[in-house]
Amino acid sequence: MMRSAIIIGGGPAGLSAARTLVRAGHDDVLVLERNPEAGGLPRFAAHPGWGMLDFHRLWSGPTYARKLVAAARGAEIRTNTTVTALLPGGGVEVSGPGGMERLWAHTVLLAAGIREMPRGARLLSGTRPWGVLGTGAFQELVYAGGVRPFQQPVILGTELVAFSALLTARHAGIRPVAMLEEAPRITARRPGDWIAHHLLGVPVRTATRLVAIEGGARVEAVRVEQAGRQERIACDGVILSGRFVPEAALVRAGPLQFDAATGGPAIDNHFRCTDPAFFAAGNVLRPVEHSGAAALEGIAAARAMAQALAGTLPAPAQGIPVQAQGGLRYVYPQRLLPGDAPIRLCARASGEKRGRLRVLADGEVVQERRLHALPDRRITLTLPAAVLRGVRSLSVELA
Amino acid sequence: MNADAPAYDMAIIGAGVVGCAIFREFSLAGLRVALVERGADILSGASKANSALLHTGFDAIPGSLEAACMREGHARYQALHQGLGLPLLRTGAIVVAWSPADLAALPGIVARAHDNGVLDVRQISAEDVRTREPHLADDLLGGVLVPGEAVIDAWSAPLAYARQGLAMGGTFLPNTRVTGGSQAEAGWTLQTSQGPLSASVVVNCAGNQGDAVEAIARPSPFEIRPRKGQFVVLDKTAYPLASAIILPVPNERTKGVVICRTAYGNLLVGPTAEEQQDRENATVDQAMLEGLLAQGRRMIPALAAEPVTTTYAGLRPATQFKDYQIEALPQRRWITVGGIRSTGLTGSLGIAAHLHRLYAQHFGPLPTPADPVLTPVPNLTEEHPRPWQRPGRDEIVCHCEMVTRGEIAAALQGPLPAGDLGGLKRRTRCMMGRCQGFYCTWRVMEIAAPHVPGLVTPIQGSSA
Ligand SMILES: Cc1cc2nc3c(=O)[nH]c(=O)nc-3n(C[C@H](O)[C@H](O)[C@H](O)COP(=O)(O)OP(=O)(O)OC[C@H]3O[C@@H](n4cnc5c(N)ncnc54)[C@H](O)[C@@H]3O)c2cc1C
Ligand SMILES: Cc1cc2nc3c(=O)[nH]c(=O)nc-3n(C[C@H](O)[C@H](O)[C@H](O)COP(=O)(O)OP(=O)(O)OC[C@H]3O[C@@H](n4cnc5c(N)ncnc54)[C@H](O)[C@@H]3O)c2cc1C
Repeated sequence: MMRSAIIIGGGPAGLSAARTLVRAGHDDVLVLERNPEAGGLPRFAAHPGWGMLDFHRLWSGPTYARKLVAAARGAEIRTNTTVTALLPGGGVEVSGPGGMERLWAHTVLLAAGIREMPRGARLLSGTRPWGVLGTGAFQELVYAGGVRPFQQPVILGTELVAFSALLTARHAGIRPVAMLEEAPRITARRPGDWIAHHLLGVPVRTATRLVAIEGGARVEAVRVEQAGRQERIACDGVILSGRFVPEAALVRAGPLQFDAATGGPAIDNHFRCTDPAFFAAGNVLRPVEHSGAAALEGIAAARAMAQALAGTLPAPAQGIPVQAQGGLRYVYPQRLLPGDAPIRLCARASGEKRGRLRVLADGEVVQERRLHALPDRRITLTLPAAVLRGVRSLSVELA
Repeated sequence: MNADAPAYDMAIIGAGVVGCAIFREFSLAGLRVALVERGADILSGASKANSALLHTGFDAIPGSLEAACMREGHARYQALHQGLGLPLLRTGAIVVAWSPADLAALPGIVARAHDNGVLDVRQISAEDVRTREPHLADDLLGGVLVPGEAVIDAWSAPLAYARQGLAMGGTFLPNTRVTGGSQAEAGWTLQTSQGPLSASVVVNCAGNQGDAVEAIARPSPFEIRPRKGQFVVLDKTAYPLASAIILPVPNERTKGVVICRTAYGNLLVGPTAEEQQDRENATVDQAMLEGLLAQGRRMIPALAAEPVTTTYAGLRPATQFKDYQIEALPQRRWITVGGIRSTGLTGSLGIAAHLHRLYAQHFGPLPTPADPVLTPVPNLTEEHPRPWQRPGRDEIVCHCEMVTRGEIAAALQGPLPAGDLGGLKRRTRCMMGRCQGFYCTWRVMEIAAPHVPGLVTPIQGSSA
């Protein structure tokens, strides 16, 4: 059977896309979710902070996850079903309780989310004791398991997710001894550090690098370096945050073009991958954004899929390649097919930088603004359609 | 049976790969054997972290005991692996010359291999190397092909040996540290952290504690000088970038940095060779790991785009001597198996056969062996079907390595259950993939907690 749409991943992006497609009249949408229940990462973050952008409510993660699932009614959600390969032309190979099978659809959305970069991939020095956890593992142990993996960890990172881990720690009666940040200032918006320090009693140490982890069976301490001086901080755990990677192994091994800069699939401005049957949305496009951003991308991608199904989406084409230059880590969409509507680009800076954000079309500046960029903060810019007419290549830089 | 008779015919101190292979050997030969290990599980020492290569011994010192044990170990593994469900990737190896000096050394490598009886080793041209390994940097100058070198798995092999030993009536005693002992006529009474243990013959396979344990019987003739090796494991997408094991031309101190596949579909770069005092902790070090990656990229430039899955380090039980330190002391009713430095995974089955002969020679004939019971270990490689591919599978808990709940539960039960989290990971591969437990830590804990106490504490309540 050839369905209208298959959605890989039942998180905010995938479920929002399913809802959108069902509302557009498609009654054969299939969501494939590898976990025993759909909902994605919010399922375990029991602190509030979810639903604002898409439902205009302030919910806890589990409530948000339930609302997303309920709102996707009309789509078939198959849990316990893992996509193991992408097949050219709109197919997926899946492993489910019934065994292995291949499923096909006119459109397939990749919405597989992210994972945290583990200790090994960061090449962190030291011993390898129990007690070094990613934020996802930490929140699941606390909220789903009701257990405390440690009492006095350090938290590595100061972006939004690190602060989420701080709230999770507080819930569990865990008292982090410090938050460590390599950059000279915290990544999350101020006054995150003030809140951490004054409301939660956790010192935030910027310009501090984790040098090594110490301990035998369990973590006993970390060694940190600040301004050339090393110091030992006693602790019994390490929470790793701040370096997320799209869950894009299927892309790297499959028929779609992979962008090493974002770590996700390359898309055009219709969320379409290089194989035009495939679309992608949510965190699989780039390192983590908050759930609202992922959900809105899911909705936008689903609209493009509905158009593709109706035959009204502009035909796939080479398009105008977009490049991130000096000062920028990445930019996406990686290809633009200009039409009548303005096109939005998302980018991230390589580090904190004050400068001018410039868009160059065939080498000429077509848009420019002043920007104080922080690492891991999204930069967005909108290009009027007129700017792109007749352009062969586009680059964005922060100089 | 005499009340004073020792409880066991043989006590083996240390459940590394060498101890496990010896345990299997003598259990199969009909002795009552105890395998005594201070850790909570087998493989608590050197054997848990190595390159997992099955060597031919082509580069060993001709005439050494190590060369003989490797040759016999290599042959026995090939004969055994199918019956025990153990992987064998017949990748072959290529020693690659990157400089004129390297190139000049190749004929000597071939000659030594032939001295060692590894007769299929031959020099091949740069072009031949490039055809076989198109991803190697193109400034290579030539190579030596070693067809018999292979990739195996460092964890399932000793597990299978130990399980076969258990099936033949052997006893495994985890969490039992040997602290001393005294010899009487009938044999030894060993002092252990779990009380005394008597055995008629003691085998010292204590790896990096080999000299300390040897001191129970005599002043140790060798001194352990641990030599650390660090590794970087690359993502499964890197697997196609090398098909043979890529070896450098070795120097005096080390075999150098190797690039090879793993039985689980990753690509491995390492090891380093670093002398250290500490016998217990093998730390990883960012600068060294970056150095390994740089060397890897030097050989295979496409590695630059490959993500790192994890890093690890192991400690070779080296001594001041190059060769294995194996000796039977009939008067002391003691057998020393020390300094199994950098080839013990390969050599273990050969060492076991060698010990079998030593025993028969010095301690009398062995009882008639019973028919061997085969105890295959579950398949964890992608060569053969795994549970996640079968209809009716239960839920996948570890999504990166596709480990099902049933596989995890099974590893916590049975004749040799996982004794700790590391043992569970080594038996199932859960938490060992790309996300390293970001997504499955809790679900693994939930299944393991009743079997591996003390990892986590309930939030309301005192202790688990
Ligand atoms: C610890 C933590 C705390 C956070 N706190 C907040 C917060 O307070 N507020 C907020 O707005 N955002 C928060 N975020 C960010 C938020 O979780 C993400 O923005 C959001 O979940 C992204 O949605 P997504 O659909 O792209 O991905 P996900 O939510 O990750 O969903 C992806 C889904 O795809 C499934 N999947 C992956 N691969 C496959 C496959 N091969 N086959 C089948 N299924 C697959 C996964 O199981 C998962 O269910 C937090 C993130 C983390 C890590
Ligand atoms: C970096 C590296 C790469 C290698 N690569 C390869 C390879 O590719 N191929 C290959 O064939 N070999 C390789 N090796 C070599 C191989 O790993 C070793 O030779 C082998 O593991 C040694 O095993 P063992 O049983 O002698 O020692 P161990 O594994 O150390 O076993 C000794 C055991 O004794 C226990 N013990 C110690 N003291 C006591 C006590 N008092 N009471 C009770 N128990 C005690 C310890 O806990 C330990 O479990 C490599 C080694 C390293 C470090």
